[in-house]
Amino acid sequence: MGKTIAEKIFDDHLVDRPFNSVNVLRLDRVFCHEITTPTAIQDLKARGKDRVFDPDRIKAVIDHVTPAKDAKTAMQGKVLRDWARRHGIIDFFDIGRNGVCHALFPEKGFVRPGFVIIMGDSHTCTHGAFGAFAAGVGTTDLEVGILKGVCAFKQPDTLKIEITGTLPPGVFAKDVILEVIRRITVNGATNQVIEFCGPVVDAMSMESRMTLSNMAVEAGATCGICRPDAVTVDYLWPFIKEEYPDREAALADFSRFLPDEDAVYAGHTVIDVTDLVPLATFGYKPDNVRPVSDMAGTRVDQVYIGSCTNGRIEDLRVAAKVVRGGRIADSVRAIVSPATPKVFSQALEEGLIQEFMDAGFCVTNPTCGACLGMSNGVLASGEVAAATTNRNFNGRMGKGGMVHLMSPATAAATALAGTITNASLFTGPAQTK
Amino acid sequence: MTRFSGTALCLDRADINTDEIIPARYLTEIDKTVLGPHLMEDLDLAGFDPKTDLAGIGVVVTRKNFGCGSSREHAPWALEANGIRVVIAESFARIFHQNMFNCGMLAITLDKKQIDRLFKAAAKNPLHISADVDMETITVTAGLDTWSIPFDLTGFEKALVRAGGWVGYADQNY
Ligand code: SF4
Repeated sequence: MGKTIAEKIFDDHLVDRPFNSVNVLRLDRVFCHEITTPTAIQDLKARGKDRVFDPDRIKAVIDHVTPAKDAKTAMQGKVLRDWARRHGIIDFFDIGRNGVCHALFPEKGFVRPGFVIIMGDSHTCTHGAFGAFAAGVGTTDLEVGILKGVCAFKQPDTLKIEITGTLPPGVFAKDVILEVIRRITVNGATNQVIEFCGPVVDAMSMESRMTLSNMAVEAGATCGICRPDAVTVDYLWPFIKEEYPDREAALADFSRFLPDEDAVYAGHTVIDVTDLVPLATFGYKPDNVRPVSDMAGTRVDQVYIGSCTNGRIEDLRVAAKVVRGGRIADSVRAIVSPATPKVFSQALEEGLIQEFMDAGFCVTNPTCGACLGMSNGVLASGEVAAATTNRNFNGRMGKGGMVHLMSPATAAATALAGTITNASLFTGPAQTK
Repeated sequence: MTRFSGTALCLDRADINTDEIIPARYLTEIDKTVLGPHLMEDLDLAGFDPKTDLAGIGVVVTRKNFGCGSSREHAPWALEANGIRVVIAESFARIFHQNMFNCGMLAITLDKKQIDRLFKAAAKNPLHISADVDMETITVTAGLDTWSIPFDLTGFEKALVRAGGWVGYADQNY
């Protein structure tokens, strides 16, 4: 019987099957940030087990609240920083070098097809874009991962989501994933892995695939995996060129993890995006999705462009193109947060930062910040945000606040109009590439 | 210890997410017990008041996809800080479900009919629920009625509850 990507990765990493359908897997990476890791560190200390399984396979960043906003967040950063030093964790990204974890770690070349990765963060599924099995876990799983380099997972039943047709101009990976979530609902893939495939995914950049995989968890999925291909190899090439004679050899190696022709899937959904329009969320659940045009005129107080979903250079390029030469509405405040220092420098170099500033945007350092309502743009009660983030839960960006999720193009157009607006009104069709 | 019991709080809504169980603004706490007073502070549910309704509760009964959203283990910790060690639902989000067992707590999945019956009974009388991990049965008392409902746990889940969580288990085995 054929196997899916996740099943192949599981076979490759199996340490133990202590019970039926429980797979204890060897971990290639344990990613850490300052919100969920300090509790694990404290607990390990309290148990007299302040150790790490392998400092080279642990990567850590301070990203959620940075620079620290108060004594408590300063302490979270300190606990992580001291721990990284104590254990010789070289890949620790502190202020000045830090960025949103799920944008930073791929950019540093830490992810490979076939890897098993955990992090105390639900959007760890983002790294599935590289053909890895990457899952968000709680602090206890993280703690065991840090100590032992293993994590337990159920059988990876896989839902195949095939994206067909051609993406119309002005419609992006964010719109595709919102459509997926709308169709399968917020628990449509609970306890399952999503495998994204089809010509539209094949044609996507790694950045767009990360946007797709990022929101797999909003449909309940453990991970959202894209098939490794030449695009994956090209992205990773600077990091792997010592390991392979040429790109073909790397591709051949990564192809070990491609699904078999006769792989067995728990479900198969085909979505033709040829007629897809820009989408946005309207309620407090990520599957409350509607065409942007149906929501036209909805007033917003704040526009936020950033996060692990849409804070990459590709996103900033599209948004800058929409705002170019324009000015944000008087009633709106707009914030752009490049997801990593590299994205920030690139945006500077390309003149995008200037364009955002000319349009009236506030540009912040790379951080999660406003995305989870902890710093850098928290909403007041009763306020409404248009955001390129991934979660519209009640109070997500501030107690009593409302969040509409959308693509960077739509968010930029909304900033100019002051109300939810289709980007094509400002620039004509925006192109993905 | 393989038996948990307490008075049940019934939350009649699906998709209660982790931001509603414990908002992100409290994730700056490194000490778990501080989370206690903030449990379900942002829960969007008519008629529910966290200030009064959580007192003396040991069990939560709810609908589909409980605990969706973030990976924060602060959600089970905030429940535990309030003496709640059992959640009974039609279904759970994966990370929350795993976190409960990783903490040595109990997440019980029952079908809609059984959950409906619990909600109906709770509308008339306070529910007292006792969950026995060895027998895989909960015993419900509501007014003069008492009934039992079997539930399923995997061998792994039982082992985690008995070991007091995944750290203890993994330490013995890996
Ligand atoms: S940007 Fe938002 S969703 Fe992404 S890791 Fe940070 S807080 Fe989480």
